[in-house]
Amino acid sequence: MNPAPAGRPGSNSKFESTSESVSKNPSKPAVVKPATFSTALTVNGQKHALDVAPWTTLLDLLRDRLDLTGTKKGCDHGQCGACTVLLDGRRVNACLTLAVMKDGASVVTIEGLASGDTLHPLQQAFIDHDAFQCGYCTSGQICSAAGLIAEGRAKTADEIRELMSGNICRCGAYPNIVAAIQQAIGAMQDKREGKEGKTGGKP
Amino acid sequence: MNNFEYSRATDIADAVRQIAADPAAKFIAGGTNLIDLMKYDVVRPARLIDITHLPLKAVEETKGGGLRIGALVPNSDLAYHPLIEARYPLVSSAILAGASQQLRNMASTGGNLLQRTRCFYFYDVATPCNKREPGSGCSAINGINRINAILGTSESCIATHPSDMCVALAALEANVHVAGPSGQRVIAFEEFHRLPGDTPHLDNNLAPQEIVTAIELPPKGFAANHSYLKIRDRLSYAFALVSVAAALEIDGGHIKDARLALGGVAHKPWRDRNAEAALRGRAPDRAAFAEAADMLLKTAKGFAHNAFKIDLARRAIIRTLTQAANATPQIQSSKKIR
Repeated sequence: MNPAPAGRPGSNSKFESTSESVSKNPSKPAVVKPATFSTALTVNGQKHALDVAPWTTLLDLLRDRLDLTGTKKGCDHGQCGACTVLLDGRRVNACLTLAVMKDGASVVTIEGLASGDTLHPLQQAFIDHDAFQCGYCTSGQICSAAGLIAEGRAKTADEIRELMSGNICRCGAYPNIVAAIQQAIGAMQDKREGKEGKTGGKP
Repeated sequence: MNNFEYSRATDIADAVRQIAADPAAKFIAGGTNLIDLMKYDVVRPARLIDITHLPLKAVEETKGGGLRIGALVPNSDLAYHPLIEARYPLVSSAILAGASQQLRNMASTGGNLLQRTRCFYFYDVATPCNKREPGSGCSAINGINRINAILGTSESCIATHPSDMCVALAALEANVHVAGPSGQRVIAFEEFHRLPGDTPHLDNNLAPQEIVTAIELPPKGFAANHSYLKIRDRLSYAFALVSVAAALEIDGGHIKDARLALGGVAHKPWRDRNAEAALRGRAPDRAAFAEAADMLLKTAKGFAHNAFKIDLARRAIIRTLTQAANATPQIQSSKKIR
C-alpha cells in the first residue's frame, strides 16, 4: 500500500498527475488529457506499474490493459458476479472496484489459480461435475468459490448456496456448481491434512 | 460514468477540509453503491475523495459496555466479528441477509448507512424522479411500484432505504458518530435517515461537509431473543419486500422490553415506539404480536402494485416476534421460515 497517500494529484512523485494539454493550437480549445495516477498492482504474482485514469475499474484494467480476459464483464453493476476476483485474498466485484484505489494491492484472477499444468482443485472439480454450460460465469464462480473456501464459513450445501448467491449462472448449472465446490472443499481439506485424494491414496 | 478528479484523504480533518473545499466532490469508501450510480449517470461527482486510508477500521468495546464500530469496517468483517456474533447477533444476521459476499467484502459500515434510498425510477435517468432531480415529479406513485414504500410516503417520493444492517441498528438504538468543520457530533439512529416529505433528494441528516466516523452500539444486544426475517422475490441477494428486526427481553413469562423495526417499507428503517410499548408487560403470544403489528401498520398506505406488502408485513412481524420469543432466530442460509 502507498504508505503516504497524497492529498491531491501531483503532490508527490508516487502520486504524480500526468494531466497535460493535447492541443498546442491556442485558437482551438485544449483537449485535456485525463490525469492518471501511478498505481502498483501485483496480479497473479507479477508486479505491474500502471498509469490509470481514476475511473478505470479493476475489471477494465485486467481485461484491456493486462490482457487477462478470463475475468468476465457480465452486468458491470455488481449483480452477476462474473467479474469476481480475489483482492488481497478476498473476493470482490472487479467491476465496482476503482483500480486507482487499490495501489499496492495483490490480485488473483482465474488465470492465477492453477500451479503450472496442475489445475486448482476447484477447476478440476468444475470439470469433474460438469459445473458449467456456456462457461461465461465460470471464472467468476471459481474465484468466488476460492474466496468462499478461504473464508471457511460454508460447511453445508445450504451455506454454500447462500454464500455463492452473488454469482449468477443463467444456464442454471447451480446443482453441479454446489457439488463441485463441496468436492473442492474436501480435496483441499485432505491436502491440508496430508491425505491423498479419493483415488490412489497411500496408507 | 463521467470523468472525475481523484484525491486521497490522509486523516479525518483532511477529509473534511477537502469536501468543504469542493462541493461537487463525494467521499468514496467501498463504492458499491456510488460506482453503480455513476455508471448509470445518476450521480456525477466532479471529484472522488478516497477515504479508505483513514484510521476508521477498528471494532472497540466502549467504557459504557457497548461497541464502537469504525466507519470503514467492511460489512463482512462486522457480520463475522466475534463480539458482534456473541452480543449483537441481530446485527450479524441482518448484514448476512443483505447483498452478496463480494459486496459485503467491499462495502463499509458507514457506506451502508449512506447508500441511497432508492427505487427503479431513481436509477432510470430517462424518467422523472424528485429524488434524482428535485421538482421533476415521481414516476413511481402511478408507475410500477411493487417494491416501493407503504409507510411514511409523501406525494414527492415513495422510495425505500434498502439496507438490512440499518434495520437492526435502528432496532438496537445505535448512535452515529460524525465529524465536520465545526467538530464532532452524535446522531441517534432514528434521527439519521429522513422521510421524503417535499425534500426527497435528502436521504439523511448528515450535513454536506460531514463524514461518518463510527457507529456505536449500546450495551443491550438482545442476544437471547432476536430474529431478522427478510421476505424477497428470490431466496437470496435481492432487496427486501419486507424485512423485520425483532428483539425481546423476556422476564418471568412477560415482555420486559421490545424492539421492532422494518425494512423495505419506508424511506428509512421504520421503527414504531408505540408498537414496542404495547408489547411491554404482555405475555409473548400471538395476540400481543398481532396487536403490535396492527398498531405499526395503522397508517400504512398501499399503491397500485404494493398493497400486498401491508398483509405481508403484518404476517412477517408476527412471525419474526414469534421467532424471537422462541429463541429460534431465522438462519439466513436456511430458506425455510421457522
